[in-house]
Amino acid sequence: MQPTFTSSRILQPVRPWFVVLSLLAALMLNLLPTSEWPGIPDWAALTLIFWSVRESRRVGMGWGFALGLLMDVADASLLGQHALAYVLATYIASSLSKRILWFPLAQQALHVLPLLLLVQIIQFGVRMASGAAFPGLDYLIGPFVGAVLWLPLTYALLLPQYQPVERDANRPI
Amino acid sequence: MDHQPPPFFKRGPAPLALLTIYVATSIALLVVDARLRTLEVVRQAIAAVTHPLQEIAQQPVRALAGVGEQLQSTAKTQDENERLRRERLEQSAQLLRTQQLEVENARLRRLLGVGERQGVSARAAEVLRTARDPFSHRIIINKGQQDEVVAGQPVLDDAGIVGQVTRVFPFVSEVTLITDKDQAVPVQIVRNGLRSVVFGLGDGRLELRFMPANADVQEGDELVTSGIDGVFLAGFPVARIERIERDSAYSFARITCVPSAGVENFGEVMLLAPRAAKPLPAELDETAKPEPRATDRQTRVKKQRPRQE
Repeated sequence: MQPTFTSSRILQPVRPWFVVLSLLAALMLNLLPTSEWPGIPDWAALTLIFWSVRESRRVGMGWGFALGLLMDVADASLLGQHALAYVLATYIASSLSKRILWFPLAQQALHVLPLLLLVQIIQFGVRMASGAAFPGLDYLIGPFVGAVLWLPLTYALLLPQYQPVERDANRPI
Repeated sequence: MDHQPPPFFKRGPAPLALLTIYVATSIALLVVDARLRTLEVVRQAIAAVTHPLQEIAQQPVRALAGVGEQLQSTAKTQDENERLRRERLEQSAQLLRTQQLEVENARLRRLLGVGERQGVSARAAEVLRTARDPFSHRIIINKGQQDEVVAGQPVLDDAGIVGQVTRVFPFVSEVTLITDKDQAVPVQIVRNGLRSVVFGLGDGRLELRFMPANADVQEGDELVTSGIDGVFLAGFPVARIERIERDSAYSFARITCVPSAGVENFGEVMLLAPRAAKPLPAELDETAKPEPRATDRQTRVKKQRPRQE
């Protein structure tokens, strides 16, 4: 698949181990103490949405559910809170993937922003329903930062799939 | 003859069906975890994966903190050492006196026929990190099932009550701070002995709820644990009253307090031993006299026979 519809580069197929590695790396980024600072995005949600847009056949709701449960236990939050949010986000992302990929990266980010907001708002709703305290409005800054990071993230995660630019004269592609 | 499609068209269950299954499972987990709290085993199993990962993720920070400590000048360390020694000397006189008072108090209580106060035994634990959940106020400490920590143990620092152990994992345990919205501590005002319950507000402060507007409460009053809950030992400082709003439109005063302990600080905390349950009076104690417990018919018949003879 091409990075955008205007690009003429053809990507190599994705390597499954790289997908798994990037998801685990995102989980580790979430577990870093930096995640308490305001405005740090939910890396696991961002990477999950990225792969379910790019490779909706490989990364789907199963990954969302598993990562969500891990995040729930690591977070000491209610069991199933992240899982519910991630599963819904991956479902919407993979069903919108055919549409999202036709847009340039900046407009793709605008598609991703509501998904990231959805992840936060579902968790907010679940916790409010179970009687938790209001966390403050900086809870909602993360998704905006995440949407801005969509562009660098796309280049970083697609890097292993780029082919060398020089062409072989004997090969058509 | 089978007319099944070739395997490369197989795509597994329909996405909507999968979504339904996952969403239903998540909601079931949520409800069970929030209402019944029977999923601790599942949580511990998953924690076996996440805790090592969290430990690894915390390593860079700990290494940086270690470097900072090493760079601290020798003079500063000597100063601190000097200050600590002075403090210890100053406190030792008080401690000796307290020991003497405790003995005297126990003797007087025996004379009065009042039950003895439970002695305090505490163990130090280190705060590893705060829990990432932005909706609650919890910390993780480095003592767990291995160190025989049980859920419900009170946690203190040098200035007062910090919180209570709410979940225990094999190597760590989770402490809910008194500033959490779900945490309540039964307290007593030192000045006049008025009992109440103090609740967390979720923003680092505490609230004394359901106090009548004309109750004898003043700004600056110290609150200590009252001990009537059977969990916290009596007499530990909890909070100081910061502000009282008496509005005639409401029947209760709005009283906010600040915690005495450095609740949101990192460092060392102390785990108090779980409070021993008070023995029941002899006439209520069922374990001591198993005979009157005749629930099924046969035992009752057996017991009645010797009386009839």
